[in-house]
This record gives sequence, structure tokens and C-alpha cells, in this order.
Amino acid sequence: MKIPEVIFKQRLKFSEQWYNFLATMTGLTVFTIEFFRQAFIRPLEVREIKKHMDELGVKTFPIVTITGFIIGFVLALQTQPILAKFGATEFLPAMVAISVVRELGPVITALIFAGRVSSGIGAELGSMRVTEQIDAMDVSGVNPFKYLVVTRIIATTIILPILTIYVIFLAMVGCFIAVIVAEPTSLSYFIDTIIEAIAFEDLIPGISKTFVFGFLVGLVGCYKGYTTVGGTEGVGKSSTTSVVIASMLILIVDAVLVKLTALIW
Amino acid sequence: MVERIVEINNLSKKFGDTVILDNVSLFTERGENLIVFGKSGTGKSVLLKCIIGLLTPDSGEVFVLGQNIHKFKRNEINNLRKSISFLFQNSALYDSMTVRENLEFPLIRNFKLTRKIITEKVLNTLELVGLEDSIDKMPSELSGGMRKRIGLARSIITEPKLILYDEPTTGLDPITSKEISELILNLQKKLNTTSIVVTHDLICAEIIADRVIFLVEGKIAFEGSLDELKNNKDPFLKNFFSKNIISE
Repeated sequence: MKIPEVIFKQRLKFSEQWYNFLATMTGLTVFTIEFFRQAFIRPLEVREIKKHMDELGVKTFPIVTITGFIIGFVLALQTQPILAKFGATEFLPAMVAISVVRELGPVITALIFAGRVSSGIGAELGSMRVTEQIDAMDVSGVNPFKYLVVTRIIATTIILPILTIYVIFLAMVGCFIAVIVAEPTSLSYFIDTIIEAIAFEDLIPGISKTFVFGFLVGLVGCYKGYTTVGGTEGVGKSSTTSVVIASMLILIVDAVLVKLTALIW
Repeated sequence: MVERIVEINNLSKKFGDTVILDNVSLFTERGENLIVFGKSGTGKSVLLKCIIGLLTPDSGEVFVLGQNIHKFKRNEINNLRKSISFLFQNSALYDSMTVRENLEFPLIRNFKLTRKIITEKVLNTLELVGLEDSIDKMPSELSGGMRKRIGLARSIITEPKLILYDEPTTGLDPITSKEISELILNLQKKLNTTSIVVTHDLICAEIIADRVIFLVEGKIAFEGSLDELKNNKDPFLKNFFSKNIISE
């Protein structure tokens, strides 16, 4: 696996920044190819994948809980006066539900996940790289790419959609509370309105793109961590750049997927 | 004829324009302890990493246990590495695992052993390095000397035919350094392994060495016994050892 070396300097010239950008993109492509090459080779490391899913889920659970609730609550609070002007407050649950299911839920969960998990993976693998733990694994006859990288990417790819569904549910809870604060509404009416508003075409693209986001978060974190150079300073850089690159890729890929899903559905 | 465990022919390695190893050829025989001396940055660690296949040489051949390691595919290298161990300078213990898990790791991954046998092996190896009580500690709870011992335990638990040591006594006080060196020698005698030890430490070399090579600017400047090296008339080598003796 040949990965271009990223320049490790404090102040970079413009051309060097371009070089670094292209090197990172090439590296990510090489990593993706290597991932698909090794993901289906035995042993499948199911135990490690489960372990990472547990860790990542627990790590992000509190923050996504708060975020999910706040998204729905604030969105409903902000939108309610505007809809009231047009006498259309009965559309509030449907409007919040569609926004959260199609866009806000998946993207905000993915961005929070990137901030929490991508940096964590970058720092963890980076520290293993600079302290030669990855080399130690390699020389003990274990494939470190399979054991460390593939398992983490699979775990992030599976766990993010689950977290997103959880966030969407909490956003609806937040929305319901905001709605009953404004005007008394029954829970059954609220649920009926949402079920009527959300169609299959809203749910599938919203959830399915989180698999791609989860893959990207794992991929970027693992790539930056696995290729860390420059000692402890390099570990810090890997951690922060993981978040930046993962967030940027999530937004770019989201724009592409929105357009793509609009064509399909 | 004694079996050659490692045989290197005309090995060269560059990083960018900097020549690290320049046409190095050497060998080790079964049960032999070879010491590699040299100033910092002369390619000693690179030599070890080329032997185990962590680095690919620019030219030359590296035969380990009779097989050219750099001609191998990934899974073939992994199979060969089951017979080799590497003790890293900073021990490279897995931070997220306990001492027990660190020692179990190569056994679980590479050998089909029962849980009972694995536990027995872990306990026996920890007894050899005198750290049975640390079995459930995390690496962060261990001192430098203890980490080296656990690193050593992890290296020998698979009973390898070849062990590569990268500065096994660096950063340790002279007493612990001597203890580690004696431990390496005792384990080598007990398991009849072959060792290549990269070090700056003369005390360590005096305890372990069967044969010594001295690297200068990526080339072998001396090959022979430790006594021959110490009595060598070359001003650079004399200077190296006078510094080492003063530091004793």
C-alpha cells in the first residue's frame, strides 16, 4: 500500500498546501481501495467491530441525545410564529419531521459524530503509530490495517445510521414538547400528522446517506491516524485535521447525494 | 554446517537523498547473539526493520530462516513473522490492553491454543521476567524497567527462532540495564534463540555478545569479537569506546 507522504511543516507555501490536499485525497482513495480489498478476507474480526461499536455509541450517546432533542425543539419554536402568521400551524409537525428526516438529522448527527469520533480515532491510531504499537502489531504477524482500520470503519458505518434514527426520534420528542407549549395538541394527532407527512422517499435517502457519512468519518480518522508522522505534535495535527476533512467531506458528499437522490426518487 | 538464521547480501537503503545503509552484508548463525554498534543515525534500527520487513530495501537481499522476506506476499510475511520477535526501543506495549492481554495477543492471533494453555504460557513467561504480580496492570501503571520486561516477555512468549532487539537497555539505570541484559542472555540460553541486538550500551554488549559489528555511516566498519573491537586501533572506534567507558 503506497501512500504519498504529507509534508510536515509549520508554515506551508501555497503549492505545498495543494500538494498536501492532493496527497490526502490520493491517500484516502488508496485507503478506500485497501478497505474493500481486506474487508471480506477472514478473519472478519466481528468481536473487534462490536467492541468499537459499543465504544463509539457510548462516546457519542450523551451529545447526540441533547442535540437531537434541541434540533426538534428549537426548530419547532422558531417556525411556529411564522406558520402562525399564515394560519398554518397544523403543518408544524410535518414540516419539522421532513426537515429532520431528510436533512438536519443525518447531517448534524454526522457532523457531531465526526467531531467526536474522527478526532478520537485519529488521536488513538496516531498515538499508536508514533509509539510503534502499529509496527509491533505488524511484526507479531497480525495485519494492523485489518485489525485497526477495517474494524473501525465498519463500526462507524453501522453505528451512525443507528444514532441518526435515535436523533430523529428525539427531535420529534423535542418538537412535540414545543408544540404543546404553544398550543395543546394530543400525542396521537401529532404522530398521525408525522406519519402522514413522511413518505418512503423521505426516509430512505435520509437514512441511507448516513452509511456513507459513517464510512467517511471512520475512513478519514483512520487514514489521518494511521499515517501520522512527527511525534506527539503529529498526533495533535492528525486529530484536528481528521475533524476538518471529515466534516468537509460530509457536506460535499451530502450536496452530491441530495442531488442524486432527487434524481432517483 | 551451522544453520544461518539471517543472511543479508549487499543491503542498501536511502531516505530521500540520505544514504542510510550502504551495501551491508552480514549473517547470524543459530543460537548466536550478534551485537550491532554504531552512533545514532547510522542505520542500526533501519537494518532491523529491513530484516523483519517493516522497511523495504532499495537493493540487496535479506534471507530470514532461509527465505527472502522481501519477495513474500503479505500473508507469507505474517507466517514467517510467527517465528520472529522484535523488542522495540520503547517496548511498544499496547496501551489499551492489560499486561495479560498484551502477552495473549500474539498467541490468540497466530496459534490455535486452548484458553488453558494460553493462560499457562502467560503466567510462565511473566515468571521468567519476574513480573507475575503485574498481570492485570495497564502499561501506563508500569515503570520503564517493567515495561521493558513485559516487552521482552511478549517477544519470547511465542518461542521465536529469532529475536531482534532495538536498544533494549536505553533509558534504564545501570542496575536495571544489567538485569535486563542478563535476562536476555538467560532467555536466549533457555530457548536457544538467535538474537540481533542494536545497542549503545557496552555493559549490555559485554553480557550478551558472541560477535559484534560496528556501523559507520551505513557501512560495516568492524566485524569480530567484543575484545577485538575494544582493542582496535582505529581512532573513531577507540573514541567511541572511551566515551562509553567514561559513561560507565
